[in-house]
Amino acid sequence: MLAALVDLNHPGHYLHWGFIQLSVANALVILAMLVVFALAIVIPFRASRRQR
Amino acid sequence: MTTQVPPAVDPVETPSWTGGLRRAAVRALPPEKLLPDKQPSYVASWVYVFGVLTLAAFVVILVSGVVLVWRGPSWWHVSKVGLFFNSIHLWSVELFFFFMVIHLWGKFFMAAWRGRRRATWITGVVSFVVSIGTAFTGYLSQQNFDSQWISTQAKDGLNSVGVGALFNVMNFGQMLLWHVLLLPVCVAVLVGLHLLLVRHRGVVRPIKVRSAVPARLGADGPGPDGSKEA
Repeated sequence: MLAALVDLNHPGHYLHWGFIQLSVANALVILAMLVVFALAIVIPFRASRRQR
Repeated sequence: MTTQVPPAVDPVETPSWTGGLRRAAVRALPPEKLLPDKQPSYVASWVYVFGVLTLAAFVVILVSGVVLVWRGPSWWHVSKVGLFFNSIHLWSVELFFFFMVIHLWGKFFMAAWRGRRRATWITGVVSFVVSIGTAFTGYLSQQNFDSQWISTQAKDGLNSVGVGALFNVMNFGQMLLWHVLLLPVCVAVLVGLHLLLVRHRGVVRPIKVRSAVPARLGADGPGPDGSKEA
C-alpha cells in the first residue's frame, strides 16, 4: 500500500499575512488554478475542422 | 369517391399558451443554435474549455450523489465501495470549483457580458453562489468532527445576520435535505438556464486587439448571434 502523498494526521499549516489567514492546502490549490489558467492561455489549441 | 386528407401541419397559429411558448422557444433557440456542430474560430483556445469541464464535473457530482442517496449513510460510511463513491463525490466537487473559478477568471478578463450577454453572466454568478451553499451543506452532512466544527462556527455568523432560525446549520436533517434536494435543484436549473443563454447569445468573442491583425481571431464583426459589443 502506498502511503498518503501528504500526511494529514496533524494540524494544518497556515499562512498569516496581517488579517489574512490562509491554509497552505488552500494556497496550493489557488496556485494550481493560477498555473492552469496561465497554461490555458499560453498553450496552443489544436484547431478542429468543425470551426468556422 | 374521394376522401380529404387533413394537412400534416396546421398552418393556422391557434392562440394558445402552449403554441405561443413553442413558437417563442423555437424562435429563441432553433435546433441548429441549440445543438451546433460548428463553433467560431476564436473558440479554438484552452480558455474556452473550462465551462464544459465544470459541467462534466457537475454531472459526476450528480451521478455520485444519486448513488449515495440510493444506498444511504450506513453504506457510504462503512463499505469500501461506499467510501469510494463518497470520495468520488467529494473530489468531483473539488474539481467542479477548480474549473469553475478558472472559467470565471477567463470570462471576467474577457468581459463576457458584452454583446447582450448580461443575463448569461448573471446566471453564472448566481450559479456560483448557490453552488457554494450546496457545497457548504454537503460539508455539514459529513457526520464527522469537521462538520461539527463548521456548523458551530457558521451558526454565529448566520445568527448575526438573522437567518439562523430559517437556515439552522445545527439541524442536521434540514442541512442534509437542503443538500440532497433543494440546492441541487436550484443549481441544476441555474446551470441549465446558463447553458441555454450561452447557446442563445453564442460564445463571446475575444476583446478586439487594435495593434495586431485581429481578423484571423474573429475579433472583428458581429458575434454568432449578430450582436455588437455592448
